[in-house]
Amino acid sequence: MKQTTLMYKLVMAVTGLFLCFFLIIHLLGNLQLLSPPAIAREQFNWYSHLLSGNILIKIISYVLYLSIIAHAVYALILTRVNIKAQGSQYVYDKRGQVSSWNSRNMGILGTIILIFLVIHFKDYWYVYKFGHLPLDAKGNKDLYSIVISSFQQGWYIILYELSFIALGFHLLHGFFSASRTLGLYQPKYAKVVRVFGWAYSLLITFGFMLIPLYIYFNFNS
Amino acid sequence: MIDAKIPEGNLADKWSNYKDSSKLINPANRKKLDIIVVGTGLAGSSCAATLAEQGYNIKSFCFQDSARRAHSVAAQGGVNAAKNYKNDGDSVYRMFYDTIKGGDFRSREANVYRLAECSLALIDQAVAQGVPFAREYGGYLNNRSFGGVQVSRTFYARGQTGQQLMIGAYQALMRQVSAGKVKTYTRHEMLDLVMVDGKARGIIARNLETGEIERHSANAVVLATGGYGKVYYLSTLAMGCNTSAIWRAHKKGALMSGVSWIQFHPTCLPQIGETQSKLTLMSESLRNDGRIWVPKKAGDDRVLNDIPEEERDYYLERRYPTFGNLSPRDISSRAAKERIDAGCGVGPMKNAVCLDFSKAIKEQGLTKIEEKYGNLFRMYDKINGVDAYKEPMLISPAAHFTMGGLWVDYNLMTTIPGLFALGEANFSDHGANRLGANSLLQSCVDGYFIAPYTIPNYLSGELKAEKVTTDHPAFAEAEKVVREQLERFLNLKGRFSADHFHKTLGKLLYDKCGLSRTKESLEQAIVEIKALKKSFDHELKITGDEQVNSELEKAGRVSDFLELGELMCYDALQREESCGAHFREEYQTADGEAVRNDEDFCYVSAWEWKGEGKQPELHKEPLVFDTVKLSVRSYK
Amino acid sequence: MKLYLKVWRQENRESKGDMVSYVVEGISEHMSFLEMLDLLNERLIQKGERVIEFDHDCREGICGACGMMINGRAHGPLSGTTTCQLHMRSFKDGETVYIEPFRAAAFPVLRDLKIDRSGFDHIIQSGGYISASTGQAPESNSIPIAHETTEAAFDAAACIGCGACVATCKNSSAALFTSAKISHLVLLPQGKLEAADRVIKMVSQMDAEGFGHCSNTEACEVECPQEISVLHIGRMNYQYNKALILKK
Ligand SMILES: Cc1cc2nc3c(=O)[nH]c(=O)nc-3n(C[C@H](O)[C@H](O)[C@H](O)COP(=O)(O)OP(=O)(O)OC[C@H]3O[C@@H](n4cnc5c(N)ncnc54)[C@H](O)[C@@H]3O)c2cc1C
Ligand code: HEM
Ligand code: FES
Repeated sequence: MKQTTLMYKLVMAVTGLFLCFFLIIHLLGNLQLLSPPAIAREQFNWYSHLLSGNILIKIISYVLYLSIIAHAVYALILTRVNIKAQGSQYVYDKRGQVSSWNSRNMGILGTIILIFLVIHFKDYWYVYKFGHLPLDAKGNKDLYSIVISSFQQGWYIILYELSFIALGFHLLHGFFSASRTLGLYQPKYAKVVRVFGWAYSLLITFGFMLIPLYIYFNFNS
Repeated sequence: MIDAKIPEGNLADKWSNYKDSSKLINPANRKKLDIIVVGTGLAGSSCAATLAEQGYNIKSFCFQDSARRAHSVAAQGGVNAAKNYKNDGDSVYRMFYDTIKGGDFRSREANVYRLAECSLALIDQAVAQGVPFAREYGGYLNNRSFGGVQVSRTFYARGQTGQQLMIGAYQALMRQVSAGKVKTYTRHEMLDLVMVDGKARGIIARNLETGEIERHSANAVVLATGGYGKVYYLSTLAMGCNTSAIWRAHKKGALMSGVSWIQFHPTCLPQIGETQSKLTLMSESLRNDGRIWVPKKAGDDRVLNDIPEEERDYYLERRYPTFGNLSPRDISSRAAKERIDAGCGVGPMKNAVCLDFSKAIKEQGLTKIEEKYGNLFRMYDKINGVDAYKEPMLISPAAHFTMGGLWVDYNLMTTIPGLFALGEANFSDHGANRLGANSLLQSCVDGYFIAPYTIPNYLSGELKAEKVTTDHPAFAEAEKVVREQLERFLNLKGRFSADHFHKTLGKLLYDKCGLSRTKESLEQAIVEIKALKKSFDHELKITGDEQVNSELEKAGRVSDFLELGELMCYDALQREESCGAHFREEYQTADGEAVRNDEDFCYVSAWEWKGEGKQPELHKEPLVFDTVKLSVRSYK
Repeated sequence: MKLYLKVWRQENRESKGDMVSYVVEGISEHMSFLEMLDLLNERLIQKGERVIEFDHDCREGICGACGMMINGRAHGPLSGTTTCQLHMRSFKDGETVYIEPFRAAAFPVLRDLKIDRSGFDHIIQSGGYISASTGQAPESNSIPIAHETTEAAFDAAACIGCGACVATCKNSSAALFTSAKISHLVLLPQGKLEAADRVIKMVSQMDAEGFGHCSNTEACEVECPQEISVLHIGRMNYQYNKALILKK
């Protein structure tokens, strides 16, 4: 059967939702950083170790990489289709008045997230996997120290916060949009999903935004 | 005398007898036969789709950019069928009788009976196609009563019955396009009929995008090109509605009937300025609760709400106490005109009457009225910027439906063999006045159920006929005439646009051959139209080229309207009686009611084109009433 | 009233178009937008210039022929309104008004503001119907359909096919148009039999016509003259996904 853009979109929705799910796990893990430093160090490093060891987690992490790649690749394909579908441009364009900014700019938001992800992976994932890290008391690699020290730089914080804002807007549209792509049409449940999507997006965004700020203000003082 | 070819037998059996004895064509032969269907309204789409389902090759034409946009979409009210779902005593016979009476006994019994008979199958067909007719809570179809009848037989889909039926027919047509049996030619306008050996064998059409003049040949040609009410310029019709297809067939020899029988709809929005292009119809249902009045005093300039109750003239309630505000269309429209002519009209141009809901709001409450008519009040506000909950709506009669058209026999075939006319384009089953919700029905029934029998019946005799290609000299001849006309339009260096002539003609016809006519006004009109035509031939100004050019399209249409307008006046002049929509002021009772003359005028007038500037020739088809007794149509 | 118009003029499919300025005086606020263009055209004729071409027919908001971008918005500033129903009351004296055709790769411009929307016909041809030939229909009351179901089907069937949804969509997607048809037919018992085949064909045809996909910005619902709900897009997706999963 011929591939349709709706199929591509389905891939985006499924991968997007998987990423949404992963964000919850990720946030829960990161919240450990908010504990008192001694406990936080041990827990966080233990958790990071856990994530790198378990076979189940390994499989999930490969799905995760794949999801990010597929999501981004199909985003690119769809964007190209869209540009072609538009034909000529309007000379005077006020279409923006009738839809939200973030819904129209998922690509830009996504690109910001992607750039962020590259930096993020390089600084932690790559360092954790391939770099030489000191060990903590329990013998786990001490990612905690790396995290704490990187969040001492103001520009780094700003980079993170901006990325999270982009993520927030991406989620705000993305979560509900995925439900539509998957075929939710009953008005009642569509409303529930929309409310849930808002709550989810706010929690994730503010959750992630809180951590760097907490570290910056707690450890700098 | 012309023969309507009505089958033998009892009235109720005629159509079955016809079907039982009509000639068939075997499926292998159907593939070899081409049929041109001009028009994609309810009549055209349904006919094209049904014939394609049977296996014929169809070419379907319309001037719009999509078949779905034919003006059938505009019908709001509903479609009649004698299903008797309400168990209120309806039957095929009763529907037949109502239609004959509504048409003021100027239609053929056999045709009307067939219309009522086929109405049952139409509802079934539409439902099967997915037309979302209104349903009751139990899941069964709902109906309402409509215009001048005592039973509930009108099926409806909110205020979009025409649109929904149209979508059903359009989808059936599109299905045949994908099956390869129909080829659509949208943005094409038929400009001439091609005849070979006295039979219709093709058309000349203009591609409205490229300007190309195209030849199309076929074994039969169907015209389902809708009504010509746009001849009045201001009307409830669409801007593109025209008479060109049927008029050019008329000039090739097809007779025209009932030409001046034009229904004026009483509840339309009035003209409020010189640049206005359209008189929008407001649903007739408003008359169920709205009361119609004008000030008693002529030239009363007070704000409407300031005019006290005792100085208002509820003229319909006064003149027709039984039916009151619900009197039939022709009667309501004429009564409005009578008051407006007496100087009692309201509105900026003093050309409207009030439709007042204050009493209904007081009695039933604002919410109830909002519930019933909210969308109409919103539409009124959208167009006029006036809140009709607070002040009366202004309405006035507007040209709406043409009972007249190409004369057809029981087969729906014109006097040209192989040329069929369907839907509003034929003079048909409505006599001198159409009942509300009967014309969607007629268009559908013509297309789904009648033509698919009668056209094969004709074609069965054509199997051995010589194959005609577009190289035949008749095509070249017709194309030449079309080209010459277009070139002449483009080369004229006059002063006035096509619209100018159209508007002038429209005004003239409204005044002299409109809701009421007199010998004098008609004779004057003929002289004036002739002069206008002459001026058109010299003073027209067209800009642009031969490609997409709406002015060029208009010019052709206006040219035909001018000739048609003249025939309308002849038709109205010759008929010295008042019947249905045709009201000759000379023939009325002391209190202003129509006086029909069955002695001298119980026939269909069928007019023959005799050449430019020549008086048309009248042929008569006597109307024979075997079943019903002629009576006076009274709504007092 | 006096307006400064900037109107898109283009000779034909191939040529490049441009915005051309016109000053129109003597406009009454009671005029419809199209009557205002009629007025301008009448004056262009007097000057011997080619008129501005635009599609229109019924002028009462039901045929779907009219449609243009007015000041950057499909069918102008009002919602739930076609261009032909827009009146000059909605504009201010001395205002500049930009008028462009609906744009999309699948809607090529024919001339000025006239576009080719035959893509919509092709989508319907691909499966937007119930296969019921004349003569096959059973008695209409033999299949009861719940009142709510009919009303819901009507809501979808109310689409007039004007193309404003495509014009206002950043992706030029025809999802609202197509999904409204799919919803209309699948809601009714008569239309259920062909549902799977229909949705797959129609969705594929949307792509084949060169329309973009749906990003759920929901602008279409706002601009739709019939206020057709975007939830139909959800239903189309649901039907599509179901068809994909159940496909043999
Ligand atoms: C506002 C309004 C409301 C109405 N309400 C009702 C109602 O409630 N109930 C009811 O029963 N009736 C109603 N009617 C009447 C009814 O809608 C029409 O009589 C009927 O729909 C006509 O259908 P048709 O197929 O004959 O023509 P149309 O639907 O008008 O179709 C004409 C077709 O012919 C084509 N055509 C015309 N000229 C040419 C040409 N020269 N070349 C190529 N193609 C051409 C057009 O493109 C179009 O496709 C209403 C009419 C109007 C105007
Ligand atoms: C954690 C990271 C991300 C999450 C949780 C996420 C989530 C989502 C979700 C749920 C959707 C909705 C899918 C749908 O409408 O069916 C979506 C859409 C989208 N995402 Fe992401 N996404 C992420 C990262 C990215 C990245 C890295 C990119 C780009 C390179 C991207 C680009 C897009 C685009 C362009 C869309 C809109 C597709 C459309 O036009 O409909 N996203 N995202
Ligand atoms: S002209 Fe028909 S919808 Fe505007």
